[in-house]
Amino acid sequence: MTELERKQDRTPVPKEWAYAPAPESRDLVTLDDRYGHYVGGTWLEPSETYTTISPATEEPLAEVGQATPEEVEAAVAAARDAFENGWSGISTAERAKYLFRIARILQERAREFAVLESLNGGKPIKESRDVDLPLAAAHFFYYAGWADKLEYAFPNRRPRPVGVAGQIIPWNFPLLMLSWKIAPALAAGNTVVLKPAETTPLSALLFADVLRQAELPPGVVNIVTGDGRAGAALVKSEGVDKIAFTGSTEVGKAIQRELAGTGRKLTLELGGKAANIIFDDAALDQAVEGIVNGIYFNQGHVCCAGSRLLVQESIYEPVVEKLKRRLTTLRVGDPLDKNTDVGAINSEEQLERIRELVESGEQEGAEIYQPPCRLPEKGYWFAPTVFTNVAQSYRIAQEEIFGPVLSVLTFRTPEEAVEKANNTPYGLSAGVWTEKGSRILWMAERLRAGVVWANTFNRFDPSSPFGGYKESGFGREGGRHGLEPYLNFDGGESSGG
Amino acid sequence: MAERLPVKKTYKLFIGGAFPRSESGRTYEAEGQNVGRASRKDARDAVRVARAAWPKWAGMTAYNRGQVLYRLAEMIESRSAEFAELSTGRDEVERTVDRIVWYAGWADKLAQVLGSSNPVAGPYFNFTVPEPTGVVAILAPDEPPLLGLVSRVVPALTGGNAVVAVASETHPLAAIELAEALATSDVPGGVVNLLTGHRKELAPWLASHMDVNALDITGAEGASAELERAAADNVKRVVRGDPDSQSPWEIASFLELKTVWHPVGQ
Repeated sequence: MTELERKQDRTPVPKEWAYAPAPESRDLVTLDDRYGHYVGGTWLEPSETYTTISPATEEPLAEVGQATPEEVEAAVAAARDAFENGWSGISTAERAKYLFRIARILQERAREFAVLESLNGGKPIKESRDVDLPLAAAHFFYYAGWADKLEYAFPNRRPRPVGVAGQIIPWNFPLLMLSWKIAPALAAGNTVVLKPAETTPLSALLFADVLRQAELPPGVVNIVTGDGRAGAALVKSEGVDKIAFTGSTEVGKAIQRELAGTGRKLTLELGGKAANIIFDDAALDQAVEGIVNGIYFNQGHVCCAGSRLLVQESIYEPVVEKLKRRLTTLRVGDPLDKNTDVGAINSEEQLERIRELVESGEQEGAEIYQPPCRLPEKGYWFAPTVFTNVAQSYRIAQEEIFGPVLSVLTFRTPEEAVEKANNTPYGLSAGVWTEKGSRILWMAERLRAGVVWANTFNRFDPSSPFGGYKESGFGREGGRHGLEPYLNFDGGESSGG
Repeated sequence: MAERLPVKKTYKLFIGGAFPRSESGRTYEAEGQNVGRASRKDARDAVRVARAAWPKWAGMTAYNRGQVLYRLAEMIESRSAEFAELSTGRDEVERTVDRIVWYAGWADKLAQVLGSSNPVAGPYFNFTVPEPTGVVAILAPDEPPLLGLVSRVVPALTGGNAVVAVASETHPLAAIELAEALATSDVPGGVVNLLTGHRKELAPWLASHMDVNALDITGAEGASAELERAAADNVKRVVRGDPDSQSPWEIASFLELKTVWHPVGQ
């Protein structure tokens, strides 16, 4: 570091300096007062409902259905009917065109969806607009192209659809996770019953309107809303041939137990506790941006979030200093403001979990840092947090927090970094920061994780397979490999589930 | 003159490249012989040894792993007469040898068939490679005693995993003979561990063991739902294969896929 850089580094951020508000227009979305379940191409009046809110303001947005087992069964029956009487018999080129239509309509309506996603989920509009929506549309585009090329993806294996896929998605990337699930399932010729997360049903319900516009045959995609009880009913339904679940490891294990002995196919994309490993030769400013993106992106509500920072001892001080300084410039607040970096915590329940784990970190002896920031009074908020002095055994170094909380640990040698990074039951993702290409690959070989990012983090692409090792689940989403869970083959399976 | 009375040995387990007695001291009778009856603690020892042996096997070059497996096929063929007596006959032995040769040839082709490079948007070279899942517990089918065991164990080995297998309960002698062949082969000690005994007794411990990554229930009879439920404790990959199949997808079911985003820049 030169003397000049050192000086700049220490220059305090002006306290009274702020961006003028740049709110995205809320009016871009028109919501109904009440939504039913989307079953067989029509709206099924729900027998029970609950209110879905904006976590940033606690403002009620709409009444949505809490699906009963009977309503879930109705959706499964509609999916079965569509599978047997039409969808699986339709030409694959036509199937592809439906997916292209969906992709295009999503692109056209991207702004509307982005606003809704931020409104119902609390994530910054910047992210909904620049990450969730473009990737969701790209996912449909990517898999549209596979629909009529399956025999090239799996030569000599006679790929066939599985049947009815039951899909349960989380609240952190509602529409993007919907696209990760629905696009490959339809491309492979299946029909779908999708259950969005309890707290974020609205983008999936608006997606039903995209399906209508695309003139997708009725029953090919069915959407039922509700809490875990609706998900459990879907898992238990004997009419479902395959379950795809993204969510917590705890629920994933329960689903695996439930399906034991049934022979039904299963893929699980579960939790993580990713290590983000910074070597002393890394470009530090770039790495600090990567650390911030790794853990504060989407309020840390990311299964592959870089929640454990492993810093090489020799650069511990400058990295922590730069990181804390960068934290003071993060703007926390209104998700619909285009300047916002960190939005609202998705739900009261999640906020409680974050608080509880952060308290445990303080009690166990870690040192907490939170930048001074004014959090809104209404809604669910948590300031970006860094823990230093963290031991491997602390809960904040072992358990998934799923919030904007980073635990900093150190290492001396690459071997030690590998050892520490792998020392968790999870194995979803990892990050490596170094200027040395050979070291990137050396580390990548040894990290027991399904995705390894080098000199970047939290980057996704529809062509890039994503999924975990160990207790982070099995099966892949994205890429050619992402089709496999939705196909039956001659000569057996090629990956777990 | 009276017929000569043969010496009669008690067959042992195969753990960590050695032939220990069951720590329990128990045996059971099968095919007219006394055979070791492994206990929960033997299963635990086998998993520990497999975990320790695994990195070396996984870290070998794929070419090397293929060579070691090919050598194993040679060794089984040279013991054809013994294996023929302990299995259903010469045909089973020949098919076993051919199957190992076939899998040996897969070791250095898996990455090309199962992996991919992925055209992502952005300055990254993105690729996906198959990797071994780790320690695999296998419940071998009762029959065919040799080919059934080999058809389950060798795909897992080809992919670079370490194995703890429970041999055919009714016909364990072929497995013990296989252990003799393995012990003198180049397969590192601990990479394949063979337990004889009562499957029902051992299976639950292996299914719920937190350091086992995958469970092959091909040979499980009846109570497999219970085993699958136990396997969920650490999200094991559960495989129900065919007692007599030969397919690269059998290898793939014991593999993980790793995707790497490598930066591209000047």
